[in-house]
Amino acid sequence: MNRHFGTIVLGTAFRFLVPIIIVYGMYVLMHGEYSPGGGFQAGALFGIAIVLDRLVQGDDAMLNISGNTAIILAGVGTSIYAFVGVLTLLFGGNFLEYGVFPLDMIEGERHALGILGIEIGVTICVMATIIAIFDALTGKEG
Amino acid sequence: MTRVLAFFALGLMSVLLFFATSGLPVLFDPASPAATHVSPRYIEKSHEEAGSPNFVTAVLADYRGYDTLGETTVIFTAGIATVFLLRAARRDKK
Repeated sequence: MNRHFGTIVLGTAFRFLVPIIIVYGMYVLMHGEYSPGGGFQAGALFGIAIVLDRLVQGDDAMLNISGNTAIILAGVGTSIYAFVGVLTLLFGGNFLEYGVFPLDMIEGERHALGILGIEIGVTICVMATIIAIFDALTGKEG
Repeated sequence: MTRVLAFFALGLMSVLLFFATSGLPVLFDPASPAATHVSPRYIEKSHEEAGSPNFVTAVLADYRGYDTLGETTVIFTAGIATVFLLRAARRDKK
């Protein structure tokens, strides 16, 4: 999508929709330990928000992640996940054993922090994959 | 001939599957192996061990974290494969 097709109605409705979707995605990501949700669902929400933004505003979109950038970002997300695992190895634990982080917290809180770290990686991967497939369908590579 | 053979193979397969299903434990049976092996540990200990009041997240991201790394890699790989297939199809059409 190179040209935007935003009329005044679409532009106004989009201004209400996209921020709410992003805030809700952030809530699903951060609250994933306490309620249904987590990285995969939050990634889908962020992906939809960015696709909607680029559909309405075209190349002038503020959240303009597209094509090859999205593919690289998906790899970065997967690497963040693996990096958390390597980090626990460096602190002398097993792979993804979050209890070994040298932080002054109770055992459960260290685990919660590690879970948040991997959820962020999953979110970035899912979000970027959705955007990359959308761009491949609409024929935008850049 | 092939159709008859396929029909016969399907029939044999369904007989085998129905026979195997009769040996499975009853659904929601508290004495089944799935409910007596690791489930009690998750229910009793996951809050203090994984710091998450949500069993599903605790199992997904903590006890079975390595599985979820594999799942994320599968999504990444499938996404890349789809993108490259779609781009190749578009290039052929030009």
